[in-house]
Amino acid sequence: MEPGVDPPYLYPDYGSTRLRAPSEPLVVVAHTLSELTGPVYGASAIGELDADLTRQHAGEPLGERIVVTGRVLGSDGRPLQGQLVEIWQANAAGRYLHEADRHDAPLDPNFSGAGRCLTGDDGSYRFTTIKPGAYPWRNGPNTWRPQHIHFSLFGRAFSERLVTQLYFPGDPLLEHDAIVRSIPDDAARRRLVASLDFDVTVPEWALGYRWDIVVGGRHETPPDED
Amino acid sequence: MLLPLTPSQTVGPFFSIGLLHAPMLAELVPAGTPGAIRVHGVVFDGAGEPVTDALVELWQADPAGRYPAGAAGAGGFSGFGRSGTAADGRFDFLTVKPGRVAGPAGTLQAPHLNVGIFARGLLRRLATRLYFPDEEAANAEDPLLSGLAPAARAALIAEPAGEASVRLDIRLQGPGQTTFFAL
Ligand SMILES: [Fe+3]
Repeated sequence: MEPGVDPPYLYPDYGSTRLRAPSEPLVVVAHTLSELTGPVYGASAIGELDADLTRQHAGEPLGERIVVTGRVLGSDGRPLQGQLVEIWQANAAGRYLHEADRHDAPLDPNFSGAGRCLTGDDGSYRFTTIKPGAYPWRNGPNTWRPQHIHFSLFGRAFSERLVTQLYFPGDPLLEHDAIVRSIPDDAARRRLVASLDFDVTVPEWALGYRWDIVVGGRHETPPDED
Repeated sequence: MLLPLTPSQTVGPFFSIGLLHAPMLAELVPAGTPGAIRVHGVVFDGAGEPVTDALVELWQADPAGRYPAGAAGAGGFSGFGRSGTAADGRFDFLTVKPGRVAGPAGTLQAPHLNVGIFARGLLRRLATRLYFPDEEAANAEDPLLSGLAPAARAALIAEPAGEASVRLDIRLQGPGQTTFFAL
């Protein structure tokens, strides 16, 4: 695979990596059933309202309603069917429903910010949600995270497990964000930015964004050279 | 031609709202299951401080050495679990010891848990394994353990921690660092 897709473990501009990045090189291991298998979660893991984050409470959340959809693909281009996709995000004001989030922005009683769904036969997932707000974080004296949605995917095997983040096109914070910039290759960075898509947009109701996710093949990564 | 991969990003500090939900929790088997064991430990950073906002995931074979296939979550053994770390950095699972799984070239692997670690400050997952202290013979012929230097090997073997309980601390960095794998 091409170099520079994944960030290094140690990226000093993202301060939290300094004491958490391994200092010893990773050990390359032969793939066995342990690496080539992984959990499969079916419909029983999904609740009826899990894919619509705007309908999980009595009222509608505040903010800009959006649809986010795309396909989950293997690196060979095959759609991954029945793949569990889990997301979590801040509300429209940039605040998470989490006890550790100290940002002085309001919670929304109608928004929890977590969802999940299974991909269809064509590998597609679809969420209805609210566009998350940007929020400050204490990486530096005046550092702000771009608007983003966290995504978690299992892939087809333990070795393909992926946690990543979706970003929004045109966000002026993208070029200032240490977590985005940790990705060495600019083309790879851009792959985390969804596209505004009028075929996904629902007229008079919600803007639509499209974002495809490709998992797999990381076993060809050479050991970290840091 | 291969499609370019989607890059990894950190799980951040607030993952519990999205990732710690039923049925993917720290009890892989119900309490009281015959043969159930606690698997626990503390995640430490490079300063020796407990990491209080990590996510530890397990993927393992069943006691017969088979990885669960097909849709999980409808009851039965899924082979997968998640534990956040607490204010003292501790993760804590209840599971059963896996059986032996085939390794490369006709070998047999020692019983082990596949472990993934996510956290704020980890831009990518870390992957390691946990082996069991009462499996000396199997550990001695495990193809992965056999390829490691003694310290790297020792860092993967849990210690007994009372009845039906093993402990393995995870050190992200520095002296005694856990052996992490490129998958
Ligand atoms: Fe976030």
